[in-house]
Amino acid sequence: MYDHLDELESEAIFIIREVYAQFENPGILFSGGKDSIVMSHLARKAFFPASLPFPLVHVDTGHNFPEAIKFRDEFVKKMNTQLVIGLVQDSIDKGSVQEESGSMANRNRLQTVTLLETIDKNKFDCLMGGARRDEEKARAKERFFSHRDDFGQWDPKNQRPELWNLFNGKKLPGEHFRVFPISNWTEMDIWHYIRREKIELPELYFARKRSVIWRSESWLPVSSFIKLKPTEKPQEKMVRFRTLGDITITGGIESNAIELDDVIHEIETSRQTERGNREDDKRSENAMEDRKKEGYF
Amino acid sequence: MNLLRFTTAGSVDDGKSTLIGRLLYDSKSVYIDQMESVERTSRRKGLDNIDFSLLTDGLKDEREQGITIDVAYRYFSTPARKFIIADTPGHIQYTRNMVTGASTADAALILIDARQGVVEQTRRHSFIAGLLGIPSVMVCINKMDLVDFDQSCYDKIVSDFNNVKLSSNLKSVDFLPISALLGDNIVDQSKNMPWHKGPTLLRHLETVDIEKIELNQSFRMPVQTVIRPHSTDYHDFRGYAGRIASGDISIGDLITAYPSENSSKVESIHHGDRSVNKAEAGDSIVITLENDIDISRGDILGGGKKPTIKSTANATICWLDNNDQRLGSKYILRQGTNETKAMISEVEGILNIHSLVFESDPSPLSSNEIAEIILKTTKKIVYDPYLSNRITGSFILIDDISGSTVAAGMIR
Repeated sequence: MYDHLDELESEAIFIIREVYAQFENPGILFSGGKDSIVMSHLARKAFFPASLPFPLVHVDTGHNFPEAIKFRDEFVKKMNTQLVIGLVQDSIDKGSVQEESGSMANRNRLQTVTLLETIDKNKFDCLMGGARRDEEKARAKERFFSHRDDFGQWDPKNQRPELWNLFNGKKLPGEHFRVFPISNWTEMDIWHYIRREKIELPELYFARKRSVIWRSESWLPVSSFIKLKPTEKPQEKMVRFRTLGDITITGGIESNAIELDDVIHEIETSRQTERGNREDDKRSENAMEDRKKEGYF
Repeated sequence: MNLLRFTTAGSVDDGKSTLIGRLLYDSKSVYIDQMESVERTSRRKGLDNIDFSLLTDGLKDEREQGITIDVAYRYFSTPARKFIIADTPGHIQYTRNMVTGASTADAALILIDARQGVVEQTRRHSFIAGLLGIPSVMVCINKMDLVDFDQSCYDKIVSDFNNVKLSSNLKSVDFLPISALLGDNIVDQSKNMPWHKGPTLLRHLETVDIEKIELNQSFRMPVQTVIRPHSTDYHDFRGYAGRIASGDISIGDLITAYPSENSSKVESIHHGDRSVNKAEAGDSIVITLENDIDISRGDILGGGKKPTIKSTANATICWLDNNDQRLGSKYILRQGTNETKAMISEVEGILNIHSLVFESDPSPLSSNEIAEIILKTTKKIVYDPYLSNRITGSFILIDDISGSTVAAGMIR
């Protein structure tokens, strides 16, 4: 009998192939984080020996970890595919969104508008995302094939039932789908799979000496995008990141996990969720649900 | 480590959310920050104890109204197994949600309130579990603390349930007295019920045999897509991609493409980027054949026993959509990877949810109703009976105007 990673892998590959077969112009949402890296890896396997039949789509806030962008560009080359970039700055310049102000300002929420504009401009009828149901309670309600209306909105109370392995990608003009092939994976599954498949990750996931400040219960990396309060003093700390979002909102944790095995061990014994250091989720109990309804990933 | 998917069914207030919260909490799958958030909310609602259901209610409306709206999926693991729980609500749209959750489950937990015993809901849940062919059912008799952990009370419910079992087509049934609230027999053996000798709920879930019936059936693989790289290294490569629904396949095996019934031998099998000699039910693979035969998406590759190839089928369906069936209308049928137009040519009976008997009823099917029907398709479909093959024996009906999934069906 095969193990749970084999089963999760086969399930994800099945879903990725359904996307290929049911949609005309699908793409993979790629953030440079571990989940989208694993998903791209699965998509490559799904069509081997043919090459990856999807472009990678990056919604770029401009507030990136420089390492993540470097990794992205190398990854696209290795995958031998196209990269489609949607720039939040373009949406700001066009006036479709307005930059937040204040010391807590970030561009997380603005991404939704840029994402929808990118979908529209490139005529994507389906984007695959690396979201997992174990990440957050609103995501636990998400389908594999998530139907979005012509405003890109998610209606959690009116979702299509999903039975057996029968996925329904039928849509009306203007509507599109978000598909989450690794819905059933947990954070631990992702890490074990990365180890098994020897998948390369950005350095940011491993503990290194980094310049950080203590803010909102975590170590926020110092960058040109955040305003330091008078009381905040940058410090050099051994820090790593459990998730990668914008550099302005992704807090690191103190850690000595410099290699993959150390990271896995640390997560196995951790008592905090991985999104616990994400400023975007701390805004309210309903933060994720509200963003998803608007069209967030 | 392998994977067990299970679903939970119970009436309102049977303590289902508490049970799930308890399993997550006692198996240490709840993180500190999640727990703090639940404690905060419990206090704000003026509760004395921690409300475990807050761990599982994902939407704003659910938390505010204290109800569960939609199927949610939960994850936890122990050193022995990884678990996926399909958590289905007890009241609103319960048939539709339970059918959905049960469709992919290896096991079902049916909750009974020890004070209430076997009630109508219990019979319905058991009926649905039998209908969906869930291999293993565990009946959890909950709230034993409220009946003073009384063995005779438990014994009576077990004996009542055995009558239910006969009428609901269940295969394997186990029983367990528990208190989800206090944790008796969930992770640790209950000190209050020394008369019960069996394993705890978690131990049961860790060890229950995941009877993969599909492994012992004839080979079936619905073709998802044809892979043709057109590259220098793989110039003439033509591979059929799909996930094996049942049986196994090895290089050299004779296979037949349905419905065309053209045959060839397996030349190679690719599992991701590896070549393998053999693959089995559950594996997503690519197969190449010795001869070029015409195969495309929607076809089924098969071996062994010949499937049924017909344009009619007897089926049991559950109507899922909020809009009623449009009598005489065509729908899109999706079965395996195949799609064709279909209509319900006859409704033989609609399930009376109280008596659990199918009764003749001329009205159109409406949300949450289960019916025995005759399905008619515009082209021949390839199928096996659902109870021997959950993949080639199941289908959904899609409304071609709204695109909604309106019904789920199992071929008899």
